[in-house]
Amino acid sequence: MLSIAHYLILSLALFTVGVVGVLARRNLIIMLMSVELILNAVNINLVAFSRLHGSVDGQAFAIFVMADAAAEAVVCFSIILVFFRNRGTVRADEMDLLKW
Amino acid sequence: MLNTLFFYFLSAIAVGSAILMVTRRNIAHAAIFLVTALLATAGIFLQLQSEFLFIVQVFLYAGGIMVLFVFAIMLLHLEPAGGLPKFSRPQIVAVTLTLVLGAQILYAVFVGRSSLRLPALQGNISPQNTEAVGDALFHQFIVPFEIASVLLLVAMIGAAVMAKRRV
Repeated sequence: MLSIAHYLILSLALFTVGVVGVLARRNLIIMLMSVELILNAVNINLVAFSRLHGSVDGQAFAIFVMADAAAEAVVCFSIILVFFRNRGTVRADEMDLLKW
Repeated sequence: MLNTLFFYFLSAIAVGSAILMVTRRNIAHAAIFLVTALLATAGIFLQLQSEFLFIVQVFLYAGGIMVLFVFAIMLLHLEPAGGLPKFSRPQIVAVTLTLVLGAQILYAVFVGRSSLRLPALQGNISPQNTEAVGDALFHQFIVPFEIASVLLLVAMIGAAVMAKRRV
């Protein structure tokens, strides 16, 4: 039978891969995809605990996480678009205008 | 038994395509693997008997957000990323730090009461799930729900303003 630990470990694996993607990749779009993966891993936890406790509160909260993920993706894409228009690249290393 | 097999199958797809997504150089390939990981997660939601989240995940992520990703990839007409060489120093540091973090969380999972069994599956798909989620959203969580709607409006206006050529 499946225990809660199965879901926690699956979520941990997805979260870890997402964090590696954010830290190790330099492409802004792939970093953004990794953030989506991290939020998704959180959702698995929420839904698994919601099922464990037999209540839908965790699922309602997962809906909010999804709404946040959508808002974040839209804003990040417009930032990436403006950055690409100004610098002609989407590499995070090139974001150094404020550095001196 | 079938439930357990289903879980392992979906988990393998999710984790495998997540790893492939992070390691691909081509952004379009990474986007496809992200879709696979998100759809496998949707299957996990179905296996956890939260049918409403399953269909929201398919519509919102695999539909909406992926269209956004593909649109951005096509809009930016990117050169194939030359990028860092494989196993450069920042990457090794990042992977090591993340493995330490993962080991800490894994320790926490095993120290906690992680052997709690999930309740047994109900025989059929209950139509009550969507009803229950909607009830919770519109009664118990009505204030966060309204705040989320304002957040989405702000994000939409902000994106439109930022993406305009001249403000």
